[in-house]
Amino acid sequence: MTATYRRRRRVERLMFGATAAATVTTLGVLVFLLGYLAWQGASSLTWSFLTALPAPVGEPGGGMANAIVGSAKLLFVAALVGIPVGFLGGVYLAEYGRGAVADWVRYAADVLNGVPSIVIGITVYALVVIPVGHFSTLAGGLALGLMMIPVALRATEEFLRLVPDSLREAALALGAPRWVAIVRVVIPAASRGIATGLLLSLARVAGETAPLLFTALNNRFWSPGWSQPTASLPVMIFTYAIAPYEEWHQQAWAAGLVLLTLVLGTNVAARLLLRGGAIGSA
Amino acid sequence: MLDPGLSRLRPTPSATSEAPTKITVRDLVVHYGGARALDSVSLDIPAHRVTALIGPSGCGKSTFLRCLNRMNDHIPGARVTGQVTIDGDPIYGADVDPVALRRRVGMVFQKSNPFPKSIFDNVAFGPRVHGERDRARLGEIVERTLRQAALWDEVQERLDASALELSGGQQQRLCIARALAVEPEVVLMDEPASALDPIATAKIEELIHELKNAYTIVIVTHNMQQAARVSDLTAYFYLGRLIEYGPTERLFTNPGRPETEDYITGRFG
Repeated sequence: MTATYRRRRRVERLMFGATAAATVTTLGVLVFLLGYLAWQGASSLTWSFLTALPAPVGEPGGGMANAIVGSAKLLFVAALVGIPVGFLGGVYLAEYGRGAVADWVRYAADVLNGVPSIVIGITVYALVVIPVGHFSTLAGGLALGLMMIPVALRATEEFLRLVPDSLREAALALGAPRWVAIVRVVIPAASRGIATGLLLSLARVAGETAPLLFTALNNRFWSPGWSQPTASLPVMIFTYAIAPYEEWHQQAWAAGLVLLTLVLGTNVAARLLLRGGAIGSA
Repeated sequence: MLDPGLSRLRPTPSATSEAPTKITVRDLVVHYGGARALDSVSLDIPAHRVTALIGPSGCGKSTFLRCLNRMNDHIPGARVTGQVTIDGDPIYGADVDPVALRRRVGMVFQKSNPFPKSIFDNVAFGPRVHGERDRARLGEIVERTLRQAALWDEVQERLDASALELSGGQQQRLCIARALAVEPEVVLMDEPASALDPIATAKIEELIHELKNAYTIVIVTHNMQQAARVSDLTAYFYLGRLIEYGPTERLFTNPGRPETEDYITGRFG
């Protein structure tokens, strides 16, 4: 009897140790990443880094204002593509999706989610960049938007599924047509969760580099309008990090810090949004 | 095996003598996928009476109730045949809009299901869906129905508070007010008090008594004392069949079928 208990206690301690180690490792990676980025990047993170254009090689100073604005514009286009398609697709799957068609849509979304980002980039390159003849913000945003679709779609679907059927029935029993029940009751009940999911899908593509290499390319100057090549934070980091200049390396670190702060900020905002929600937090 | 003819029972004249028939059900059969949930049920439900549906779990009483406002339409694989008429209008006709039907036949569910909105917006939901936009008119409807549901005094100061802040019993009365706000003719109640404590249950039962003056009420209940207390007529279902239907008093004191007596006296179920 006591031997059994002793063995169980040993196993218990072992398993607890293993899970604790995994937790510490996960947290440790994040803390290390943040700390190292802050340590390396903070020295170059000046006001002019955020407001000035890149300086020519050999000239000190300069910044990445064009990359920050470029990333924002790319994400704006990505949101215009990814959010409507992802959101409406998620509504379809959760509220109307039954049978083979819905299963295929769901499966396609999962496959799309697994498509390597560079493949998305090269596809948009072939379908948009080559016919048009030049790289552009629109092409880059489209590539990012395509990557957002499966994430936004599944997030929307999951949060709508959390809405109890009793609410749908309540609305229908009051004589509301199906679409009215969905628009006025189901979606509002899940709205915080859906907003969170959409925000996270945006944060997820904010750091993508590969799809931009073939589509938005890069630019050392301001990119006017939407149809010119544009700088973006991830591509700038890539370009500056592999350049042979020590000063550029420092700026890449600073850009990394800016990008991570933006993504982390989005994640925290999403979490705060969810905490106040009626569904998803309960 | 029960005699199929027994499913064609009607209440004795005394219980319905002053009450015209509101709902007529003939040969109603419901399948869920391959399983037969309701087997050739026919009965007449009188206007301005409370009709209770009793029977053990899975006997088809909730299925029957959900046929009366076509809520089964939304269950995949559910198939309904037979005839149901309200005031003589068939409700399963090809040209019948279930949305319009549900305006005439309201429903209160077992578990209170207020929308995560304010108390006011909950009650005003139905009228708004049906096109009422005038704030003053909506305010009148909300006050009238909350009074009918005996909730007005408890919530009049906080109509803008979330409905989810109310207690379970208050939420259920809110759901009743919300159902009444679309001015239905029939109110279906699916075990409306089963999740409530005795005091809240007593309030709901009192409410049912009040409401039958203005509405025709059909209530499913697991609680036989409740059926005896609130209803004028009782229908006993077992294994998807209607076993016995008659005035509540007679059914409980002098059941016509041995199966009914077994259930009522607690020998099974």
